[in-house]
Amino acid sequence: MIVDMPATSTSQVSKKLVQLREQGGVLALGRVLTLVVVTDDTTSTENAIESANAASRQHPCRVIVLVRGARQAAARLDAQIRVGGDAGASEVIVLRGYGPQASAEAGASMAVPMLLPDAPVVAWWPNTAPAVPAHDPVGQLTHRRITDAAAEKHPLRALEQRASNYVPGDSDLAWTRLTLWRALLAAALDQPPYEDVTSADVDGEADSPSTDLLAGWLASRLPVPVKRTKIGAAGGVHSVRLNRPSGPIELIRPDAKIGSLTQPGQPQRRVTLQRRSLSDCLSEELRRLEPDEVYAEALAGMARVRRGRVPSGSRR
Amino acid sequence: MTALASDPRSNPLRDPRDKRMPRIAGPSGLVIFGVTGDLSRRKLMPAVYDLANRGLLPPGFALTGFARRDWTGEDFGQVVYQAVREHSRTPFRQTVWDRLAEGFRFVAGSFEDDAAFDRLAETVDELDRVRGTDGNHAFYLSIPPAAFPIVCKQLARSGLAGQDQPDQWRRVVIEKPFGHNLASARELNAIVNDVFPEESVFRIDHYLGKETVQNILALRFANQLFEPIWNANYVDHVQITMAEDIGLGGRAGYYDGIGAARDVIQNHLLQLLAFTAMEEPVSFSPAKLRAEKIKVLSATKLALPLDQTTARGQYTAGWQGNEWVIGLKEEKGFNPDSRTETYAAITCAIDTRRWAGVPFYLRTGKRLGRRVTEIAIVFKRAPHLPFDSTMTEELGQNALVIRVQPDEGVTIRFGSKVPGSAMEVRDVTMDFGYGLSFTEDSPEAYERLILDMLLGEPSLFPVDEEVELSWRILDPVLERWAAEGEPEPYPAGGWGPPSGDAVLARSGRVWRRP
Repeated sequence: MIVDMPATSTSQVSKKLVQLREQGGVLALGRVLTLVVVTDDTTSTENAIESANAASRQHPCRVIVLVRGARQAAARLDAQIRVGGDAGASEVIVLRGYGPQASAEAGASMAVPMLLPDAPVVAWWPNTAPAVPAHDPVGQLTHRRITDAAAEKHPLRALEQRASNYVPGDSDLAWTRLTLWRALLAAALDQPPYEDVTSADVDGEADSPSTDLLAGWLASRLPVPVKRTKIGAAGGVHSVRLNRPSGPIELIRPDAKIGSLTQPGQPQRRVTLQRRSLSDCLSEELRRLEPDEVYAEALAGMARVRRGRVPSGSRR
Repeated sequence: MTALASDPRSNPLRDPRDKRMPRIAGPSGLVIFGVTGDLSRRKLMPAVYDLANRGLLPPGFALTGFARRDWTGEDFGQVVYQAVREHSRTPFRQTVWDRLAEGFRFVAGSFEDDAAFDRLAETVDELDRVRGTDGNHAFYLSIPPAAFPIVCKQLARSGLAGQDQPDQWRRVVIEKPFGHNLASARELNAIVNDVFPEESVFRIDHYLGKETVQNILALRFANQLFEPIWNANYVDHVQITMAEDIGLGGRAGYYDGIGAARDVIQNHLLQLLAFTAMEEPVSFSPAKLRAEKIKVLSATKLALPLDQTTARGQYTAGWQGNEWVIGLKEEKGFNPDSRTETYAAITCAIDTRRWAGVPFYLRTGKRLGRRVTEIAIVFKRAPHLPFDSTMTEELGQNALVIRVQPDEGVTIRFGSKVPGSAMEVRDVTMDFGYGLSFTEDSPEAYERLILDMLLGEPSLFPVDEEVELSWRILDPVLERWAAEGEPEPYPAGGWGPPSGDAVLARSGRVWRRP
């Protein structure tokens, strides 16, 4: 069910929510967190809501979407409440503010009465994020702040900003997209021969923040030189090579879909390594609400990564 | 023991704080015997695909089918494809399927056929070379237990059961029934352990793979709220119910002579009892968890006299919802003189300080009112009620109900004032809908169990001692039932025979309607 409430106020929205609960039963009672989505008024807003709904199937939550409408307009708040089939396992409250109500301060204060009591609050900026998310008025309400460097206009600059402004509780989807890569690499090192890695090369698209983060992560975990190159032209992360005395472990994904893992003395193994869907990434983010220290170290590790055109082994 | 870096510090890329990182199984392959069976089609093959789809299987994973069918590799691939399309939980993705299908192999033959097992051994070798399964193989025996000895012997003979190098592993997975009484269970364990050491044997009790069952431990040991009242001072009794609405249908042949107690109580219900009643483990390591389960099972015995504390029944024709269904004895291919029970209720007593005097009622049945599994902890009444008796007429006993399936969650029942000028107290419930929105994406029990097995993580698998202890608990009533009497008929679609209700009625209690 979708209830539209044009030119309304937050207290009316709150009232309507209580009324809907009384009519519909247990809405909002089993919810484990509040997800605040902050977007501009664009076509991608609906996309973000859909991903949040899909993620809510694992983490029943209340989704508050703060849409920043036109600044040059009269003050006005349009609200929309979606429950039941239109909202997955969540309930969605869209608050679209215009004029002064489109500001971050107003957005935060509109979200306050809608937050679930006693439950964690997560903020998500699907597009442009504030420079220091933790200092943003909405960010200050939350335990966890999710940004997406890859969705920004200047992905690498955004990532550098994240690194220099990191506050515990920050997270970025560029990091989430790496989980499977990291797991495969770690699993490869679980197997014999248990040799030390002597150096590592990470290659990927020039403005792929995930590639930089992956290199940063390796640099933070391994006390060896890590090099970041830009040979792969498209498709995010292209390849990772961990050099060891007996030969390198290589995980290569030439077509952004299927990866292949090669190790000395073993047949090449192929593995699906598709870019993960937004809802998939968001589900993973919502699973853990404590600060991600490994991510913080990966951000810090980026400073140790050397950049170059050719990998250190320079086979090409 | 295994190559699976059991010490995470040895791998610089692993970090206990890195909770995002999933454990991907190491290089390995799975061989399924009885691949044409219902379980394999409905649960195992879809679970393998779902694991692959979630990226939890190693690159180069291999799935080998073994059956007496005249199939080619493509035929087998087609069968798996059908099973996956029909039963997988996660959406179908062609790229995932293509990668997985590269690792399919099929070996045709019977269990007596030495040549077939030699071919299987060659296939496994070939997989090590081509797919890089690295000599790590699991054998899933989805076959009747009567065939275990011959298959185990064949695996040993063809050299499949033993690893070539110390850091490789071979594991065997077996399904219930684990025998039909204590003696046969020991025999079966001996046969399997003859070929595979106990730490390589993984017994599947799919109930233990369910999130709600694992949640019992979280509920009890992660909260301050429940554990203080989780004992005989506050608990009046415990009811554990597993009801099915289906009849025997095609399984009639298998079921005759087995019955509800062996089929369900021995494994699922006694495991649920162990989780509900066990003491807090020192840690959640497999060994410590198992130690507590074994402790509580070894303190559990049937309450006596058996005539009064147990009941059994057999369903007869009746209305199951909107459908008129036939009785057990009319089921096709079933022995019309059968004394096999389809309903069984027992009373257990646990001889520990925590549980002294608290009866645990366990019941299971087919063709009951609806499909439900739940654990109900029913509390004692408040020792003193400062109300007139008229005020609390409708107040029952407080209860905490763990709904295992369906509609997973927890319900707490307590008294509340009825709005109005008079002081009246009535039962209300507070509900936690774990299943409400989690189920859709929470993994199937078999996914969890197959992955744990490939990782060599034994927490969720009962060991031989637990199986034997369960039989030791159940054997007296099975012997009594075999010696005398008949199961009491009950109409399909209800909640079992009157004798089942009488088990509780003797002490003034009633079964909760689940």
